[in-house]
Amino acid sequence: MLEIDINWIDSKYPGLLAVAKEFILGQEPMSPEPVIILKSEGIRVVVPFLISSGERPMTTMVDLFAFDYLKSKLDMPERFAVVYQFANLMENRRIFLKVYLDEDKPEVDSIHDLVRAANWFEREAWDLYGVVFRGHPNLVRILCHQDFEGHPLRKDYPANQFQRLKSSTSSQGL
Amino acid sequence: MDQTALQKQPLLVDPESSAGEEVAFTTRLEDFVHWGRKNSLWPLPFGTACCAIEYMGVVSSHYDVSRFGAEVVRFSPRQSDCLLVLGTVVEKMGPVLKQIYDQMLEPKWVIAVGVCASSGGFYRAYHVMQGIDSIIPVDVYVPGCPPTPEGIIFGMIKLQEKIQKGGIVRARDRHKLDR
Repeated sequence: MLEIDINWIDSKYPGLLAVAKEFILGQEPMSPEPVIILKSEGIRVVVPFLISSGERPMTTMVDLFAFDYLKSKLDMPERFAVVYQFANLMENRRIFLKVYLDEDKPEVDSIHDLVRAANWFEREAWDLYGVVFRGHPNLVRILCHQDFEGHPLRKDYPANQFQRLKSSTSSQGL
Repeated sequence: MDQTALQKQPLLVDPESSAGEEVAFTTRLEDFVHWGRKNSLWPLPFGTACCAIEYMGVVSSHYDVSRFGAEVVRFSPRQSDCLLVLGTVVEKMGPVLKQIYDQMLEPKWVIAVGVCASSGGFYRAYHVMQGIDSIIPVDVYVPGCPPTPEGIIFGMIKLQEKIQKGGIVRARDRHKLDR
């Protein structure tokens, strides 16, 4: 699965290989939009290139979401994954960056200072999946209440485990 | 006066009145107060989901809840006595709902409209309260996802019957707010 098709990446995003070839592990097969799999330490190299220094820069960060592949029938290299989605709305082009993260230590560098929209996206991914974004200035819960313990969208979180909000100041830390 | 309440009580006509125009009823004070309360409910809609859309139909002319004396919808808990919880209440919203209920003055009643407010519905997951009766007392539950407007009106009629019978305040006192 993790095989690099240099010609495919080069055709989808020219110039990317020259900047970050050593961080690129491969690409997702059978995807209509380019999904490029990176080493986690390469995210702060590729993102600045995408948003500014490329020939056709990605102007918008559309989304950031996480995966939990626990007990997945797919043969995934790691349990967790984080996917960054960027778009150029003028040309209607998108690109996805996928980073696999270790089960015991799901950590990746924050890009909040490169893309301001990533700030709340990263808080959401931490809140629901427990992915730690190193360097994030305010990595606190954004959806669950402040008394919540654990990360509810992880596959090993019990589906019927409810947690009651005790205190009434639910807007703390927003 | 309510028909059943009237039938239980004798109708008195003042014999001194020559024209027979002056009429007096006798009843119990409790029945009279309950009769007045049940026909002038002031609803407070706590709408969080599609049940609130159905409630718009209930208030509008087609279904016309004013036929049952409950059309003066207020958005201040200080001015209302019937809290309608219309929709999903997540755990994070729980303290808000509790505070609004506490701000309402006695006597007050609560209708849980729809399965989400009644039991959590199909949101059997980490984020949704499994029934608002875990934080506030509920008088009438209306099933449905969402209930039809007729269902919501049926719930209000059931609440009126409950008010006429009395005992709602005593039932609330028995409610243990243990969570």
